[in-house]
Amino acid sequence: MSGLLLAEFRDPETLVAAARRARQAGLRGLDAHTPFSVPELAEALALPRPRLRPVMLGAGLAAAALVYALCWYSAVIGYPLNLGGRPLNSWPTFLVLSFESGVLAASVTGFLGFFLGTGLPRLHHPVFAARGFARASQDGFFLAVDEPGLEPARLAALLDGLGPLSVRAVEP
Amino acid sequence: MSAGPEEALLPRGTSYGALVGLVADPLMRRRAGRPWRIAFAVSGMLTLLLAGCTAWLFLRGIGILGNNTAVVWGFPIANYVWWIGIGNAGTFISAALLLTRQPWRAAINRFAEAMTLFAVGIAGLFPILHLGRPHYALWLTPYPNTQGLWPQWRSALVWDFAAIVSYLTFSLMFFYLGLIPDLATLRDRAQSRAGQVIYGVLALGWRGSARHWHLHDTLYRTLAAMALPLVVSVHSVAAMDFSASLMPGWQETIFPPYFVVGALFSGFGMVVVLAALIRWGLGLQAIITPRHFAVMGKVLLAGSLGMALCYGTEWLSAWQAEDRAEREHLRALFTGPYAPLYFAMLGCNLLVPQLLWSGRLRGSIPAVVGVAVVLNIGMWLERVLIIWNTLSHGYLPSMHGVFSPTLWDWLILAGSLGFFAFLMLGFARLLPAVAMHDMGKLLRRQRSGA
Repeated sequence: MSGLLLAEFRDPETLVAAARRARQAGLRGLDAHTPFSVPELAEALALPRPRLRPVMLGAGLAAAALVYALCWYSAVIGYPLNLGGRPLNSWPTFLVLSFESGVLAASVTGFLGFFLGTGLPRLHHPVFAARGFARASQDGFFLAVDEPGLEPARLAALLDGLGPLSVRAVEP
Repeated sequence: MSAGPEEALLPRGTSYGALVGLVADPLMRRRAGRPWRIAFAVSGMLTLLLAGCTAWLFLRGIGILGNNTAVVWGFPIANYVWWIGIGNAGTFISAALLLTRQPWRAAINRFAEAMTLFAVGIAGLFPILHLGRPHYALWLTPYPNTQGLWPQWRSALVWDFAAIVSYLTFSLMFFYLGLIPDLATLRDRAQSRAGQVIYGVLALGWRGSARHWHLHDTLYRTLAAMALPLVVSVHSVAAMDFSASLMPGWQETIFPPYFVVGALFSGFGMVVVLAALIRWGLGLQAIITPRHFAVMGKVLLAGSLGMALCYGTEWLSAWQAEDRAEREHLRALFTGPYAPLYFAMLGCNLLVPQLLWSGRLRGSIPAVVGVAVVLNIGMWLERVLIIWNTLSHGYLPSMHGVFSPTLWDWLILAGSLGFFAFLMLGFARLLPAVAMHDMGKLLRRQRSGA
């Protein structure tokens, strides 16, 4: 037995309640699959806060500093050009390029970090084998439990009263 | 606010599945109708026309255009500024409405973002088209070369290049990130093997995991917050192409905000036009409602008032500048060779949008769309006149000259419009024109509010 169980719910609210209950019961390997973002699930499943933003900020600042240094080097040392007596280190104009490249680097870092953090692209995942899982991208709200040895009947008993549409083990 | 305004955004008693079907079915279950086929064929021919004109332009040089020694920028740079203005709005609208939690964002953000991508891409062509030696465009980049040369960082043109490249890359990532969950929906609804494989690969194996959504939300909101200053910087930099010069009528500090307001104004206008076409073409009357048009009508009205403030500032500072060239420029606006166009522009941008004060007209989709078309013509005239007026009478009277566009100028403009339509038509048939996952969130919000 693979241990991956899926419980389907009719709406996001009951899914959130089920996720809370499953976590309080101490089940492990919890996840949920929903067609749109359900922000309460982060708290219900005790998901860690993503650390993406500080990394993006760091990358953005580093790129901005690098581009500033590039402008400074080429304008002051590499190819000094006296234009109407203006200072060689024309910092206000260099800041435009620093800003653009900082934003670009931060966004590219975030984009790549998203793929590192999610493990995507990953075209094959056990959960896709579940019957009716195509609804998870449309109107199905699934709670996934990956606890070895947990029987569907026990999970169904735990979720009693929340009315899951189905509780099934995913066949590998 | 009560649940009232949000209620009107979605049909009563709809379900999550019904919303997905409403958006996805036109792509997956229905064949393209005759109007789409005709429009696609015509826009495809215009795209070929653009390719042909570009080839001829590169072979013969910019002598085939109306550009002369006075008005060196002519049509191409005016078209560039117009297109990049339109391109500015999509990502801005999507990001600003996300951050301010506007419920009417969900129905319009996706195609507005697509509009941005296509418009910015087309805008980027024009500066290269007018170079005369387009193969030297790479001189804008700092690449290792045997001459030991560097780009001139103090030049606004170099900033412009950096801004466009950053913005286009950023917009592409923002668009794709929002699209991934919807690609998964299409993968799961596709009936043909090809559809499943293509959408499946593009969806990258998205399975709607709560962990992934958590990261997705964090990143998407962060990108939205970064998009706002980026958008403002892009059109400010386009304005600095002008205001960093020493020409009368250009060297004004009002230019960056003036261009940004104009960009949002014309971009919103284009969104209104596209919203009407997509609503009609894909049968999305239930989710792109008259209320959306009424709200966008208010934005257009605000944009028009912003433009009035900018024009007023321009006139006032030229009058107060005690500078002969500036005053000459101001006089030329109203009495010079292009004065009829200038009055037409003021009518399109300032007078016609005032119709939207009327709540009855804002409630009428044809009226809002009509105003949007008119103001886009007005904004195009504005871009053209900014260039023609200043360059036609600079400081040196012997260099005064009038610009008259040639057939090639018009053909390239028509070709760029056709290319844009071609891309939008392709987008409407291949990708969901409305963000389905955002609609799901909106429905949930509406249900919990009711």
